[in-house]
Amino acid sequence: MPKKYHIHTKKADPRFPPVGKYATVEFREDCAGSCRLCVKKRCIYNVHKDNFLQWSNMTEPEYLYICKSCYRCVQECTKGIFSMAVNPEYLSLGDDYWTPGIISSTWAQAHTGNIPVSGAGYRGPFAGEGFDSIWADMSEIVRPTRDGIHGREYISTMVELSRRPIRLEFKQDMSLAGELPAILEIPLPVTFQEPKFGVLSESVLLAMAEAADEIGTLLFIGPENYSDAVAEYAPSIVPCLNRANYQRYAKLIEKSRMVELAYEPGIETEFTQLRKIKPDLLIAVGIPLDAKAAELALMAAKSEVDTVHLYGSDNGRELNTDNPRYLKDMIREVHLKLVENKIRSKVNLVFGGGVAMAEHISKSLICGADAVAIDLPLLIALECRLCYRCKDGKSCPVKLAAVDPKWGSQRIVNLIGAWHNQLLEVMGASGIREARRMRGEVGRSMWFDDLEKECFAPLFGTRKVNGIG
Amino acid sequence: MKNIENKIKQNGLPQIALAPSRFRNPIGKYMVRRNAKCISCGLCAKLCPYDVHQRYENFREPIRPLDYRCIGPKCEANEYFCVRNCPQQALSVKLNPTAETIGDYRWPAEMIFAHWYMAETGNLPQVDLEYNLGFSGGGFDKIRFKAPDPNDYLNIPDEEIDTSIVLNKRRDGRPERVLSLPCYGGGMSFGSMALPVLVGRARAAKRLNSLTCTGEGGYPKEFEPYSDNMITQVATGLFGVREETILFAPVVEFKYAQGAKPGLGGHLLGDKVTPEVAKIRETVMGNSLFSPFPFHSVYSVEDHQKHLDWIKEVNPQALVSVKVSTPTDADMVAVGSYYAGAHIIHLDGSYGGTGAAPDIAKKNIAMPIDYAISKVHRFLIAEGVRDELCFIASGGIRNALDVAKAIAMGANGAVIGTADMIAMECVRCTHCSSGRGCPRSIATTDPELGHEISEEWAEQRLVNMYMAWRKQWCELLRQYGMRSIKELVGRSDLLVHLDYLDEAERRKYQPAPKKKLVL
Repeated sequence: MPKKYHIHTKKADPRFPPVGKYATVEFREDCAGSCRLCVKKRCIYNVHKDNFLQWSNMTEPEYLYICKSCYRCVQECTKGIFSMAVNPEYLSLGDDYWTPGIISSTWAQAHTGNIPVSGAGYRGPFAGEGFDSIWADMSEIVRPTRDGIHGREYISTMVELSRRPIRLEFKQDMSLAGELPAILEIPLPVTFQEPKFGVLSESVLLAMAEAADEIGTLLFIGPENYSDAVAEYAPSIVPCLNRANYQRYAKLIEKSRMVELAYEPGIETEFTQLRKIKPDLLIAVGIPLDAKAAELALMAAKSEVDTVHLYGSDNGRELNTDNPRYLKDMIREVHLKLVENKIRSKVNLVFGGGVAMAEHISKSLICGADAVAIDLPLLIALECRLCYRCKDGKSCPVKLAAVDPKWGSQRIVNLIGAWHNQLLEVMGASGIREARRMRGEVGRSMWFDDLEKECFAPLFGTRKVNGIG
Repeated sequence: MKNIENKIKQNGLPQIALAPSRFRNPIGKYMVRRNAKCISCGLCAKLCPYDVHQRYENFREPIRPLDYRCIGPKCEANEYFCVRNCPQQALSVKLNPTAETIGDYRWPAEMIFAHWYMAETGNLPQVDLEYNLGFSGGGFDKIRFKAPDPNDYLNIPDEEIDTSIVLNKRRDGRPERVLSLPCYGGGMSFGSMALPVLVGRARAAKRLNSLTCTGEGGYPKEFEPYSDNMITQVATGLFGVREETILFAPVVEFKYAQGAKPGLGGHLLGDKVTPEVAKIRETVMGNSLFSPFPFHSVYSVEDHQKHLDWIKEVNPQALVSVKVSTPTDADMVAVGSYYAGAHIIHLDGSYGGTGAAPDIAKKNIAMPIDYAISKVHRFLIAEGVRDELCFIASGGIRNALDVAKAIAMGANGAVIGTADMIAMECVRCTHCSSGRGCPRSIATTDPELGHEISEEWAEQRLVNMYMAWRKQWCELLRQYGMRSIKELVGRSDLLVHLDYLDEAERRKYQPAPKKKLVL
C-alpha cells in the first residue's frame, strides 16, 4: 500500500477581522445603563468581549464577527432592547455565484483547515442549476462504503496528468520499443491556475507556488509573473505560453515538468520543437470553454498533446455566448465528445473557472474531468473579499499585496486540506477507492432530471416547467 | 361530552397545556412597541383578544407587550386595534426586523415561529404565518393537496378521527404495536443532546402513545421508566448496546446510515464526552468517538438477516426497524430488508438530521426523501410485500403537512427530529457542536447549559406541538371524507406538483414561496 497522503494543516489566523454576518442593534432609550444582568457579559461565546470593537466603545450597529446567531442576547435582555440585523457589509461580499456564504466558509477553512460542519440539517434550496442539480450516490448494506476519513481503508485521491499513448509498441524480442511515457501524478485532482484578476503581487504568487509545492500539485501561471523567487518552485509550476513567445522562455521550459500553450490552429506543429527543448516534457493546451471547446479538445487530443486545460468563466459558465451553459454541462460535452470518438483515454482534461467549493471537485470528476483548476478560492483563502476594487485600480481592503508568503501558503494549504477531506467524505460515501475511478462515473451520482422522471413523473405526469427552483 | 372524553382516553391522546417560552423576550413576526407616553391605563389589555397586552392590577408599571402573539398591522381593520385605541398614542406595530435574520430555505422564520407557538399553546397560530411551506423551491414545497370535493367533507370531531399507525404488519406473532400518531421521534443520542431534553422526549412519547429513540448513545437509567416508548438503536459503534437494553425495547432499530451524513458514520466531539457520557458508552472521557461506516459484518442481505435474527432471538417481543439512507437503489435495500425480516423500513433522506454533520454530506450525498418515498412504495407494491412492511420516512420532514404528503406518496408514517428541537426553541443557528455545544441548551452536555431545560417543559412543548399537528391532519382527512390516516397511504392521486401543471391549472394553487436568502 502506498504511503497515505495527508495534508498537514495548521491554524493561520486572519490578518483582518473577517466580515461577520450578524450585527446587533440596540434601542438604548430603554437600556437600564449598567445592568448587572447585561446579556453582553453573559454571551456564552464571549462575542462581545472578544469583539474588536470593545463593548464599552460600541458604535451602532455593532457588527459581530464571531456571533453564532443564537439570539440569547435578543431574548434575554432584561429590557428587550436588542434586535439582530444582517451586516450589510456581509451582504455585499462577492456576487450571485461567489456568495457571502461561500466566501465566509472559504475563509474559515483557510483559517483552520477544518471542514465545514453544522447541525440541524441542510438549510439550502431543494436543488439548483449547474452542480446543484447533482447528488452523489452512496452505498449501503450490499455495496459497502469506504472508511477513508478515519483511516481504516485507504482511499487514493491521486490522479495522473501523464502522457497516455493509445498503445505500447514492442520489438521482436518483446522489449519496449522507445521510451516509457512520461508520468506525472498529482496527489489530488486539484491544480491551481492564476486568477484572471486580483492583486497578483509576487508575495501572492509565491504563496500559491509554495502551497502547490507543499501539496504536490501544479500551478498554471503566465510567464510575466514567473519571477526568480517563484522559479524556486519550478517543478510545481506550469508556464502558460503561446506560439509567439515560447521560444523566448526555453529556460523556463527546461525547468518545468509541464508547459501549456494557448490553443490556435496548427499549434501541434510546435510540439516537436518543445520536446526538442526537453524530451520528457508534458504538454498541455489551453482552450477557452466555449461552443467550440469540445471540437477543439478533440483536435488537440488527436495531436501529441497530453493535457487539455479548458478555461471557463469565473462563475463556472461557458464563455463567448449570451446564453452560457454551466460548467457541469460543458464538462459533459467535452468528455462525451472524446468518448464518442474513442480518444478519451489518450488525453487528460483539466477544467478551470468557477470551481468554488469542495463539492465541485467530485462533481466535476463525475461529469468527466480528470482534475480541476482553481483560481479565485486561492485569493479568497488569502482573505480577498471579491470586492472587485482592484479591477478598477483601487486599493485592496485587505492589503493582499503585502501578505507574508509563508502565511499565505499555509492558508491555501489549509483550504486544500479541508477540501481534500471533503473529497474523501464523498468518495467514502460513494464507495469509490480511487479518484481516477470517478472520472465520468455518472452511475455513482443522481441527477435532478433523472430523479424527477423516475420518482415524480409516475405520480404527477409530465414536467411542464423548464429549469429548477 | 362524556362520550368524547372516552374517545380521547381510547385514543390515548394527552391534554395540551400552556408551556411558555423559556426566554424573557420571545421573537415573533411583528414587533409591538410601547413608548414612555404610556400611562398604564390598561385599555389595550382589555381590548386585545390575543393577549398581547398584559396588565396585572397590582402592577403600577406597564409590562412589555407579548408581541409574538400580535396579528400585525392587519388588525387595523378591527375595532379593538390597540394602536388606534390607545389614548396616549403610545403603541406602534410593525414587522420585526429580527425575523429577517432567522431561518433558512427549509425552515423559514415563519415556520419556526409557528412551531414555537404550537409548542407553547397546542393550537395552530392565529398570526398570519406560513408554516406548511418553505422557500426550498422543490419537493414538498412544490407539492400540494388537490382541492377536495366539498361533498366529501365529514363533519365529525377530531376525537373520531383515527391518526394511528401499526408498526408490525407481518403477522409473525410479535406485537402489532399501534402508535396514536403517524410519527415518532428520531434517534438522538445521550452525549449529543442534553439529558433533560431526551427524557422530555421520552415522557412526551409516553403521553402521546408514540416512540422515541436512544440514538447511538446508550441507555441512561433515566430512560428506564419510559422503556415501553423507547427504541434502542444499534449502530455501527455499538455504543451502549447491551442485552438488557435490547430486552427493554419494544422496537430495536438497526442504523445502517443516517440522512445527515449518509455513508459516513458518526462522530461525537471529545468536548461532549463527559464522564457520564463516557461511562454509558464505555469509553474514555474527552475522547472523540467515531462510529465506523458501514457495519463491517454486513456485506449482503444474508449478513443483514443475521443481525436481525440476533435481535429477534434476544428479545422475542421486539420489532425490528432498519434505518437506511436514500441511495439510488433505496428500493432494493427496502426489499432486501423485508426479506431479512424487518418489520419497519425507515428511510432517512439526505436533507434531514439534527446533529452536526459535514455540510458537504448534508447537501450532496444521497437523494432527498421527497424522491425516495414514491420510488420505494411503488417497488414494494410491485414486489408484493408492501402490505407486510411498515414504511417510515424521515429526513427533512418538517411539519404536519409534510408528514401528510409523505403518507400520501406512500409512507405509513414519519420520523421527526428537527421539529422536536424547534419545539424546544431551537433557532437553527446550526452550532450544535461548537464550544460548549448548543447555546439554546438543547444539543449540549455542558454542565451549565445542559440543565437549563426541564423535562416537564420539554415534554409539554412536544405534546402541544404534536397535538397541533393532529388538528391539521384531522382537518385534512375530514376534507377528503376519511376517518383514518391509514386511508391516506399511497393516495398520490390527491397530490399535484406545481411544476407538472399547466400555467392555468397552477394558478389554482398556492404558489411556492420564494425568497432569496443569504446563508
